[in-house]
Amino acid sequence: MNLYDMTFRIPVGQAFSTLVELLDKRLESVFDFITYFLNTAVKGLEDALQMIPIPVMIILLVLLAWRISGRGVAVFTLVGFILIAGMDLWVETMQTLSLVFISAIITLGVGIPLGIWASRSDLLDKLLRPVLDFMQTLPAFVYLIPAILFFHIGRVPGVISTVIFAMPPAIRLTNLGIRQVPADVVEAAHAFGSTDNQLLVKVQLPMALPTIMAGINQTIMLSLSMVVIASMVGAPGLGKEVLYGVTQLDIATGFEGGLAVVLVAMFLDRVTESLGKGNQDNKNNQ
Amino acid sequence: MTTKVSAQNIYKIFGPNPEKVFKLLDKGLTKDEILRKTGHTLGVIDASFDVEEGEIFVIMGLSGSGKSTLIRCVNRLIEPTRGKMFIDGEDILKVDNKQLRHIRRKKIGMVFQRFALFPHRTIIRNVEYGLEVQGIPVDERHRRSMEALELVGLADYAESYPHNLSGGMQQRVGLARALANDPDILLMDEAFSALDPLIRKEMQDELLDLQSKMKKTILFITHDLDEALKIGDRIAVMKDGVIVQIGTPEDILTNPANDYVSEFVQDVDRSKVLSASNIMKKPEVIFTKDGPHVALRKMKEMGLSSIFVVDKQRELRGLVTVDSLINNRKNLEKKDLNELIQTDIPTTSPDTPVRDLFGVAAEARYPIAVVDERHHLLGIVARVNILAAMSGEEVS
Ligand SMILES: Nc1ncnc2c1ncn2[C@@H]1O[C@H](COP(=O)(O)OP(=O)(O)OP(=O)(O)O)[C@@H](O)[C@H]1O
Ligand SMILES: [Mg+2]
Repeated sequence: MNLYDMTFRIPVGQAFSTLVELLDKRLESVFDFITYFLNTAVKGLEDALQMIPIPVMIILLVLLAWRISGRGVAVFTLVGFILIAGMDLWVETMQTLSLVFISAIITLGVGIPLGIWASRSDLLDKLLRPVLDFMQTLPAFVYLIPAILFFHIGRVPGVISTVIFAMPPAIRLTNLGIRQVPADVVEAAHAFGSTDNQLLVKVQLPMALPTIMAGINQTIMLSLSMVVIASMVGAPGLGKEVLYGVTQLDIATGFEGGLAVVLVAMFLDRVTESLGKGNQDNKNNQ
Repeated sequence: MTTKVSAQNIYKIFGPNPEKVFKLLDKGLTKDEILRKTGHTLGVIDASFDVEEGEIFVIMGLSGSGKSTLIRCVNRLIEPTRGKMFIDGEDILKVDNKQLRHIRRKKIGMVFQRFALFPHRTIIRNVEYGLEVQGIPVDERHRRSMEALELVGLADYAESYPHNLSGGMQQRVGLARALANDPDILLMDEAFSALDPLIRKEMQDELLDLQSKMKKTILFITHDLDEALKIGDRIAVMKDGVIVQIGTPEDILTNPANDYVSEFVQDVDRSKVLSASNIMKKPEVIFTKDGPHVALRKMKEMGLSSIFVVDKQRELRGLVTVDSLINNRKNLEKKDLNELIQTDIPTTSPDTPVRDLFGVAAEARYPIAVVDERHHLLGIVARVNILAAMSGEEVS
């Protein structure tokens, strides 16, 4: 008798599958509501961005880059987005930006409070650690399947998988940033009679801000890296172009789509990066 | 005088199950044994002390002796395991969080070893912090903080950030931040230890200067005996979590409670701390009513070359030398004792530091007379007494 003949098997996959089916049946209306809500949000933002004429939008983006990051990035933004428009990828780019933006808002809206909570509770910190590892390393395709089941084909499973993939750095770096505030400074805040909220708002968050901003930056970068996968489940955008290039062996389309993703990524990276640095010596009032 | 801070039998045991440790303590196990057996660290063991209003109370001891732990029990940054801690007669260990915050905001200011300034806030906003958390209006807290900054001489730096300031300046900000709330009590945990020696001395002087104006009640921690002796009205010496002695600087120096304390005080620069009254000897005297003969006989008996002359009320009249008496007899002048007295002799007050006597003692041919404000002779200090005191010998 050898090992391979053994009938012993733990049906992990079967259990997971059953769980997913159960959830899908029981929580159908909840999922439908989430689907409707997120789809409306992303679609709405897409439409809004597309209503702005291309030249106006480019000028707005350049101004933003110039205010936040300086001249170099502004010039890059100008050239980059003219190139995108020139490649006739403007609509797709706005779709991708919308998806990334909504995903990032959800990610940060959940991730930062969770990070703050984890910084105050060693128990939660311990519990979260393996969950975050799981979220970051589990291949995205694996949760894509239940995501389609719950939220149907379209933008929403794309948003959901982006949120899952991009959330860990937001939680981790918020937690880390707050825990890194020197103990004697926290002690000083206590010694002067701060409440826990005053400690958080007046001392911990401002001092953790550079680290938290690094987390926001990473979250946005990871969101962008998910666009191709999001397109596989039906989200419109630049990912679709890349996907088309890959499946049809159309090098030109694939390259243009990929280049546009990189340009958007560099723009978002530089701007959010300077946002973190700039905030470091901002005075925080109240 | 009123007692501002009163610690009564404070214990702090670090570890998951302190109650277990009390049993072992009762059995007489030492700190090290308990750590090895149970993994619990004894931070503070049965510490009691009272600090009076306006007093600078120094807690001194080697690293790890529990000083920081003890001072943090005063404002409950560390929760004592047992004991009572009265602030203005109220046991701070019994109050709820809200009252605790109130006490910390109004009554107790704290200065930290590594300054612990808020790096993201300007100097003035650092100083304002304590007022800000109380919800004091912007105008008022700004005004009060500027006053505090002026007190420490840093008003010009109000809009700078901490990292632009030197260590000494940063600690002045730390002091201003503690003073801005105008608390009665200041806790200073090795506040000057991170500063280099010259700045450190400057800060000590400044603190004493401020204290003479403000009359705060100060608990000051140091592991430096010179610093303790210089600024402390009273000193508590800690060892392994236990307060082994509480006393004035002179008590500590002249009557160390045990070997630990005496070892601690061995290297101290005694000349700064000891005063004339600590080292003076009981003088042999003659009275103005005594004649030259009595004087000479007494000096021969005692083997003295000079002797002080006082009147009936022990008021110092001067000094006669054996030479002048012998000359007087040879020349058969039969002078009255009064005519032989030298009145131009060095005197000093009892609280003059010994170091200020060095110069006088080096010049003087006779012992220095220690007199009170009514010129009564209290004692004498000879050069040999000064030397003995400096070398730490018994100086009674
Ligand atoms: N949070 C803690 N957990 C466990 N042990 C602690 C803790 N804080 C202090 N201790 C221990 O308590 C003892 C007293 O420490 P404490 O910091 O009060 O000493 P100290 O006299 O202030 O020393 P130093 O001069 O180095 O500042 C030490 O043995 C220390 O290791
Ligand atoms: Mg200490």
